[in-house]
Amino acid sequence: MITLPLDEKTARSLKLGETVYLSGPVVTGRDEMHLRAMSLPDESIPDDLKGAVLFHCGPIMSRRDDGSWAVIAAGPTTSARMNSVEAGFIRRFGIRAIIGKGGMSEEVSEAMRETGCVYLAATGGAAISLAEGLSKCKGCEWEDLGMAEAMWRFDTSRFGPFIVAMDSEGGSLYRNVTESLVRDY
Amino acid sequence: MIKLPEPVEDVVVNLLRLANTKLPMDIGWALEAAAGWETNEIAYSQLGAIMDNVKKAEHIGRPMCQDTGIPVFYVRGRFDSTISDSIRAGLERATKEIPLRPNTVDPLTRENPGNNLGQGMPIIHFIPTADDFTEITVLPKGAGSENMTRLGMLNPADGEAGIKRFVIDAVLDAGGRPCPPSIVGVGIGGTSDVCVAMAKEALLQPIDEENDDPVLNRLEGELFQSLNSSGLGPMGLGGSTTVLAVRIKKAYCHTASLPVAVNIGCWATRRASAKISDSGVEYSQGVKL
Repeated sequence: MITLPLDEKTARSLKLGETVYLSGPVVTGRDEMHLRAMSLPDESIPDDLKGAVLFHCGPIMSRRDDGSWAVIAAGPTTSARMNSVEAGFIRRFGIRAIIGKGGMSEEVSEAMRETGCVYLAATGGAAISLAEGLSKCKGCEWEDLGMAEAMWRFDTSRFGPFIVAMDSEGGSLYRNVTESLVRDY
Repeated sequence: MIKLPEPVEDVVVNLLRLANTKLPMDIGWALEAAAGWETNEIAYSQLGAIMDNVKKAEHIGRPMCQDTGIPVFYVRGRFDSTISDSIRAGLERATKEIPLRPNTVDPLTRENPGNNLGQGMPIIHFIPTADDFTEITVLPKGAGSENMTRLGMLNPADGEAGIKRFVIDAVLDAGGRPCPPSIVGVGIGGTSDVCVAMAKEALLQPIDEENDDPVLNRLEGELFQSLNSSGLGPMGLGGSTTVLAVRIKKAYCHTASLPVAVNIGCWATRRASAKISDSGVEYSQGVKL
């Protein structure tokens, strides 16, 4: 169990293949959120994006009668879609952990090694189980991007499980698997 | 105008709810069988997390995956031109009621209308037959798997070996992105457009049924073996469960062509059908078109 926010020392101490649960603030973001944040000057960036744990996720949200938000389902989206912007994003905002599925590129792995960030693999499609760990929605930024693409803020409690699939030393379970794939034609 | 025992709009809402909240039984069984033979610890934990999630989603009646996809509809049997409007109305209502995630956007401006509609949406395929029923099938298709689609216009000389190489590369190059263990839909033959459509239709067939065509049945088995000995595993994290099934459809093609298409279905290959006859509506979760 890791209490957020995550500091560099803790991020660097996480070992490849380890299972972790998180408690504390998490933000969501995918394609459009990355583009929006990268296009804005520093003074327009929400404070909670700096040093954040970023969940690659476009949740299903429902607005309650009192105006607050309830999470219906929230599993990881395919991280590789963000490969082309993520290295710059990690460096600029000091992202400490990314939660996603499918893994990311060598370029992203290098940025993670440099800055002290890890990639946590969530089970793709496990949207009901994962939503149980999102204890409270604290609203969203950039709602004009649409439900899936907005940056949602959550308080989490025993959120997981996640597998450390890319560590901050350049290790990657995805690379290990890809390098040993058997193509039996 | 054809009179049906239940408004099509209501049937469409029921279909979308069924497909999104309840995994077809044949896929559930395949996941359980896979967990039984999987020896890789991480792979086993992924399969366990998937099965837990499936049970919870069905129990509380919520979509098992937040990507409720683009619903692809197939309408077969007797129908008239009003059915498209009813399907659209049902989808818009289901988006609010279930709820589904509003996924459709303008491809260029990326503007989201918020109701899963928009130009060309939803996709509806029509198959008129002389039957005295209307069968509506929905396949909600998530983008993680859909984005891995491949079409290859192979040369006839590439033959069966070329087809196998193309399918194996498509699945293994996709890695963990389409949420394996996958169901691999393959189209062989036709023209380019028909080939891709067949690869998607193949995902509708229950995976515990043998292919009627003995040659395709053998090919499905061989590809299943090869892919599961690749080591890719659930979510691309390693293991011996890369695919739950390979399903192939074929059509005749030009003598100078050998089209092959791969359309991957994630583990949550969601499908539901309603057969509407004069006497009532029957729901099921796997059909052959």
